[in-house]
Amino acid sequence: MASVARAVVKGLTRREVAVRARGLVRRFHGNTVLHGVNLEIHKGEFVALLGKSGSGKSTILRALAGLDEGVDGTGTIAVPSRRSVLFQDSRLLPWKKVIDNVTLGLDDPDARAGALRALEEVELQHRTDAWPKTLSGGEQQRVALARSLVRRPELILADEPFSALDALTRIRMQRLLLDLCSRHQPAVLFVTHDVEESLRLADRVLIITDGIVSYDEKTEDVRASPTRFEAYRTEILEHLGVPQRQH
Amino acid sequence: MTLVSFSPPGERPDSEVGRGAPTSVRLLPKPSIPGQRILGPVLVILLWYVASAQQWVSPAKLPGPAAVLTAFNETIATGVLANDLLMSLQRAALGLGIGVSLGFVLAVIAGLSRFGDSVIDGNVQVKRAIPNLALIPLFIIWLGIGETMKIMVIALGVMVPIYINTHAALRSIDRRYVELGQTVALTRKRFVRDIVIPASLPGFFTGLRLGVTGAWTALVVVETINATSGIGYMISQARTYGQTELVLLGLIIYGVLGFSSDAAVRIIERRVLSWRQSLEQ
Repeated sequence: MASVARAVVKGLTRREVAVRARGLVRRFHGNTVLHGVNLEIHKGEFVALLGKSGSGKSTILRALAGLDEGVDGTGTIAVPSRRSVLFQDSRLLPWKKVIDNVTLGLDDPDARAGALRALEEVELQHRTDAWPKTLSGGEQQRVALARSLVRRPELILADEPFSALDALTRIRMQRLLLDLCSRHQPAVLFVTHDVEESLRLADRVLIITDGIVSYDEKTEDVRASPTRFEAYRTEILEHLGVPQRQH
Repeated sequence: MTLVSFSPPGERPDSEVGRGAPTSVRLLPKPSIPGQRILGPVLVILLWYVASAQQWVSPAKLPGPAAVLTAFNETIATGVLANDLLMSLQRAALGLGIGVSLGFVLAVIAGLSRFGDSVIDGNVQVKRAIPNLALIPLFIIWLGIGETMKIMVIALGVMVPIYINTHAALRSIDRRYVELGQTVALTRKRFVRDIVIPASLPGFFTGLRLGVTGAWTALVVVETINATSGIGYMISQARTYGQTELVLLGLIIYGVLGFSSDAAVRIIERRVLSWRQSLEQ
């Protein structure tokens, strides 16, 4: 299902740009983390951003999310106004029931109806009135997904959203995310340190090394071919400084 | 437990378990049984009853429970108790209400703005360093010895713990929730309503429990110093006339008031903060 919808988008070669960042420089305490990053993401494109710890991948995401107020730096950023962030933790307010977490900050009168639809999409319609603390980690992250969806985002910024989940839940969440993305077609920037996750999810993989984009490859065809998947995996791991043993 | 059911017939399960099952040292007290906390007070009352029945202590120093009960019935019948109790409750409630509102509003202002913090926080910290009861002479000069003075002493005593705990909770709001508020574009008003206030409520309730206790303490003092009504007045009158059973009755009433008001706050707290207990239920 996901691949069919993707193929349609792939057909539109002259797609509009959803995200454009030019010459992004960010410094923390005089320590330059981003050295002039240029980045473009097209509408409906799923981009994975990989990099070692401290390479600056989260810094890029936070810059695009507008969460780096007060941080020293230069550069220009153009992002859609309808955007949402998926954090590593679900970041649900423990004092609000699931439904109220989903509608947080929404004003329009049919926000609740939209939230119910979004909860249905993440298969949590039966936990609408539950307290977040009674949910499992995967369920909490699904509520966070619903909170994101209900805003009809043109851009989703995801900061390792599944890395704290157990392996089986993670696979289920990846499938759910792909499914939702194929239905709603947001642009996605997905920060992760998991190479296989990036290949499983993304149309395009970026690697950031020492504050610049050092690798930028369209990988959308890998899901059809295990050999290509393996080849990309090896290539990306090597690029990240993890050479693969020869068999 | 399962070991027992698997032991072959004829063998004594106890010894089987004793040999095979791993045991560990109990480090925590045994789990509590419902109502066990009432046991201590019941024992004390029993001891009191026995001590006075056996005349171990002179009735003038410590009358027995029966004498206190008689005094209770008499004061009820004459309407003295109802009147004094009502006065005390009224003072405590007014002082508590003013103190809680003042403490909470000041904490929110100080917690949310730099200006508010610089103006309010230092002053409250200084006020905190001055024992509340030490202000009574000044309050008498300013407000006289009437009700206003009494209520203000109680209110100020309540305000401090409410302020301190609410302010601390506000200042320690998880930065992650602030970020969340930014990403869903909360307005400042919504941010205060949806994040700041709920996040500070646990601190507020800690302050409220301290404040309620403080209200009773202040009430006792202001009623004992100069009053013409109230439980404290009843106690000091009884002392003058050597009516020890009335003194005891007053103390018991204070105890019951303090205990039940604390229980009431805890019930409200559990209701309001029900999201916290969700895992325990």
